[in-house]
Parts: sequence; C-alpha cells; structure tokens
Amino acid sequence: MAADILALRGLSVAFETPGGRLHALRDVSLGLARGRVLGIAGESGCGKSTLVSAVIGLLPSNARLLGGEVLLDGRDLLAMGAEEMRAIRGQRMTVVFQDPMTALNPVLTIGRQMVAIQYRSGASGAEKRRRAVEYLARVRIPDPERRLGQYPHEFSGGMRQRICIAMALLLKPDLVIADEPTTALDATLELEVIALLRELQGEAGCAVLFISHHLGAIARLCDDVAIMYAGEVVERGAVRDIFHDARHPYTRALLTCDPGRIREATRTLPTIPGALPDLRRPPAGCIFRPRCADRDDRCAVRPGERALGPTHRAACHRAQELAPLARPVA
Amino acid sequence: MSALLAIEDLAVRFPSGGGLAGRLGLRPLPPIEAVAGVSLALEAGTTYALVGESGSGKSTLARAIVGLVPVARGTIRFQGRSVAGPGAEGLGALRRDVAILFQDPVGSLSPRRTVRSILAEPFRVHGVAADPGREVQRLLAEVGLAADFAHRYPHQLSGGQARRVGVARALALRPKLVIADEPTAGLDVSVQGELLNLMNDLQARLGIAFLMITHNLHVVRHVAHRMGVMYLGRLVEEGATAVIFSSPRHRYTEALLAAGAEPDARAGGPAIRGEVPSLIARPPGCEFHPRCGFALARCRTEAPGLTAIGTLRSFRCHNPAGVAAPGAPAGA
Repeated sequence: MAADILALRGLSVAFETPGGRLHALRDVSLGLARGRVLGIAGESGCGKSTLVSAVIGLLPSNARLLGGEVLLDGRDLLAMGAEEMRAIRGQRMTVVFQDPMTALNPVLTIGRQMVAIQYRSGASGAEKRRRAVEYLARVRIPDPERRLGQYPHEFSGGMRQRICIAMALLLKPDLVIADEPTTALDATLELEVIALLRELQGEAGCAVLFISHHLGAIARLCDDVAIMYAGEVVERGAVRDIFHDARHPYTRALLTCDPGRIREATRTLPTIPGALPDLRRPPAGCIFRPRCADRDDRCAVRPGERALGPTHRAACHRAQELAPLARPVA
Repeated sequence: MSALLAIEDLAVRFPSGGGLAGRLGLRPLPPIEAVAGVSLALEAGTTYALVGESGSGKSTLARAIVGLVPVARGTIRFQGRSVAGPGAEGLGALRRDVAILFQDPVGSLSPRRTVRSILAEPFRVHGVAADPGREVQRLLAEVGLAADFAHRYPHQLSGGQARRVGVARALALRPKLVIADEPTAGLDVSVQGELLNLMNDLQARLGIAFLMITHNLHVVRHVAHRMGVMYLGRLVEEGATAVIFSSPRHRYTEALLAAGAEPDARAGGPAIRGEVPSLIARPPGCEFHPRCGFALARCRTEAPGLTAIGTLRSFRCHNPAGVAAPGAPAGA
C-alpha cells in the first residue's frame, strides 16, 4: 500500500486517568490513498477525535502511545520530533475544524489570517494576498478583494466554514483533515459545504480524511468509509460496501437506527440496547458483544478483520454469514 | 375548536443597533421583526414541530410563548386564557402547565447540584407541597433511570442520561405542554431514538403536548403530527406532517426536504442558492424569491397571500410545487 498518503498501522492510544488507563484506540489500521476521500463514522466516544489528534500530533499530555504507526507518505509521524512535525502540520497536512467561529481569530481580518498562514511560502506579500483573493473566490465568497478586509463576525456561519476550507487548501496540502466540518451548519448549508469540498478536492487532487457522525454526509462526500466503535475500526470499505452490504452488526445497527433510512413514519424508533463499554476495562472478546443481537460462542474471542471484498473488511466472526440487511427504500 | 395553545398573528421585534449613530438616536433604524405575524394552533396531546434554518425565528417564537421575550403584536391563548395580547391575564395561566426542555442537555443542569436537588427544585419554586423524595423517585422512574441516579452530579451522566434528567425536570409539575428546543441536537442516532421513544411514550401515557423546535426533518417526519416551516420569521408552510412530506407546496419546504433526504448515492435535489437574507434588509415580494429556482416575475414584487386548504395545510407561494405551473420561471 505504498500509494497511501496516510496509513495507520495497529495504532493503540490510551489515556492515563485517575480511574485507570483508558484504552481510547485499540489496534486501528486504515489506509487513505492519494486523491481519495475517507470518511470516519461512529458515535460519541468511538475514538474519532483521538484518531484526529494522533494524526496531527496534538494528543494531550496524558495520552500514551501503546504501539503502531501513523505513516504520512511512508514516514512515521509518531517517530518525528516536534520541530519536524510543525513543518508538516499546516503545510502538507491541514485541518478544517468543527466550529468556524472559534477556528478563526475574531480580532484579525480574514485577509491578515489568510496571509499569515502562508508564512512559510517565501512569496512576496502581494503574491500572498493575490492567492488569498484567489482562494476566497474559489469558495464562492462574492467580492473577495473587499471581503479580505473584514472580520470573521461580518460573515455568516456557512461563509466562515467556506473561508476555513479556503485556508486549508491554500497551501496545497497532500492531506486535509475535516473534523465534523458540517455539524454546526444547517442541512441546506451542509449540502453546499459538502458539494464545495468535493469539487475543490477533485481540483486540488488532495486526500481528505472526513470525520462525521452524520452518515448522510459521509455517503454524499466519501469514496471510502471506516466505522468505529469504542476505539476500534469494526468495518471499512468503499461507500457502496458499507451502505449497501454492511457486514458488522454495529454498522448494521447504526444504519437501522438512522431515522432517515426508515421509510414509513413510525413513533417507535429502533435503538441499540445497552451502553458503550467502560474503556478502562474493555470486555474480553469482541468489543460489541455485550450489545450485539447476533452474538454467539465464538464472540468470546476477539475477531480479527475478515476480507469480504477488494477493500471491504469487517471485524466480526459472523461477517460472512449474516443475511443482507433489508434495503431501505430511500 | 379550542386548541391547547393558539397563536394569532404573533410578532416579536428587536431593536436593530444601527451602530453608534443609531444608539445616539441620530440615525434611528426600524426594529427588526424576528417573528413576523405567525399563527398556529397546537392541540392537547399532540406534537407540533417548527422547522427552518438558523435565524428563521423558531427559538424566538418559543421564547415569546413563555414570556422570555416581549410580544410586539398578536395574541397567545393557552387553554383558552389570554397570556399575551389585548386583555392578557399574564403568564400566571401557563407558568405551571408549560415546561421547557433546553437545547444543551448537560449545560442546562447545574453542575453543583445532584440530580435529586435538580428534580426537586420545581416543587420548591412553585411552592408545591410534595414529598420531594417520592416525587424524585417517581420522575426518575418516569424517564427510565434507576433510583440511585438521584445522588449523581451532572458530570457523572452521559449525554443521553443528562437528557433524561432534563425531561424528568420538565415533567415535574405534570405540565400540559413541553417546549423542546432542539431536543436531539448533538445526540447519537441510537440515543436520539431512545429519547424520541421516551417522549412518545410520555405523550401516550400522560397526554403531554410537545412544541418541538428542530432542524432535523427525519425526526419531524417520525414524531410530529403537525409542522410549520419558518423562513425569516414567517410560517411559509404549515399543516399535517404526512401531507407536507408527501407533497410540499412551498418551494422552500421542497428544497429543505430534498436537502435532508438521505442519499444512497450523490443525488442533487432542487438546491437553494445563497444564504438566508438579513432581517434588516428583507427582500421585496416573496422573501424567498432571491434563493428560489422557481420564482416568477410577480414573486419579486408581490408578497404571496395565504393559500389554505381547510385545516389540513396552508402555504404562501405564487408558484407552488405539485400544482399546474401558472407560468415559466422568469429567468434564473
């Protein structure tokens, strides 16, 4: 998989807490090829944010790396020093955060911020300004020349997120990490931001790691998907594999619970019984076993990933046996 | 017909700053209308959903109902008694019978109080003589939490559990109406299902009416009996949920439903162009026309009146969807 711009191999991260060691990521392996969009989906507490922090090298001080590698273009980011990492962050790898208001500095004009992030480029001030205008126009901010002189509060929420996307792409990175970029937006603006991300990603040819708990957004934007549960990747594959032929009981439960996939209006919605396991004492065997409707005796042993197709993998003993999930008529 | 809550032509105005000159009275600006003439009726024991984008006035409308913002025009009647408007008897009529479920499940619970203290507070505030211990146990049982949750603090609760405590607090004084402001925002789909099932169950057992503010249309489709779509402070379409979902008439409703539809592949619906206009500069004519793909020439100058089909539905649109087109769109 030398073609992967980003590859995680057996990544395990724990947090030291007063109540004991919390195993936030366990043996996570993922690959993101150049020019593709990989979505990471899962509910709160599944490890999405820890995964992002590990990739960008901003894990909190109580985090412990228990093993594994994070390879950017073949080089292990976890083995790099702080200085080397700083040269990669914001240059080869950029991030679009969830809340565009707090991601932008409220007391500087967006022009100053867009010029400032090009500090490594070595271009002249006029050239940096020209590029800022160009990228504002690309994310369809009308009248970009004049808007450069305005402050974040003078833009609407949707525009602010588009500015953050412009800033993430300005330096022509190899990898853009979009961490729940549409969660704070209305459905209509979410569609617009997703269409824009897709279009610009195609033009720039960069890879995108898209984190979201909104399955609809992932289906619209991504080429590949990884489903996480309680710190593990339980299933991954192409968007089609996951949305049309889900093989892990957790993925299937998640899809079943999505009210958007239930055609007939119902006043009793499906849920996933039980709660997330305590990650200070992860249960033995399959992590989803306590809540799984399809469990059997084999599940007392932790399942490895099973190959179901060229890229489709599911960590479940029963992955090959489960009947296809009834297709929603959407 | 006596609805539990009846709102007629309600308007809420906020002063628009207008900068220093405005504040000094040198350049007075007209106030902005955050809610601009809304009429709706909510029957006892049913759920009404208000939907719309950020800034459409949904939350302001809810706040006006409970008196958190002053009403500029119109009337609000609750159980037949006037709570706002001419001859209003004041909020006394609804204080005990209306409860609010706030948006942020953890933030709306005091971090320094136990669940027991939080749940007993409504009884203290309203001077209701009750055995707090027993009432707290009743409320916890009502929302499906074990009795020992009474001793926990909010930080010891998961998001879903905190939501349940919020619901329990809203239920304390056995209200007839619960106003729920984005009750499922930020919840995972499985927890969201649990909460909505709980609300439906409470409605079936206790006959509670819900006024739900949300922008999650899937939630609306499954739980709301009626719905209203707000745009720039006005209800542009209103009616029975099943009717609106099967055949939206207003082009804004149509686009919202398309945006929320769960795609199996990348499909495009009738996208809305641009963003919500400012309340300071409302567009002339139909206020949605600058973003509408179906605008006619008259949409730019003439505000559409209300088309009502009994109580089933009503909408304000010159060129509604699903109706034989009166003319071709007047250019893009």
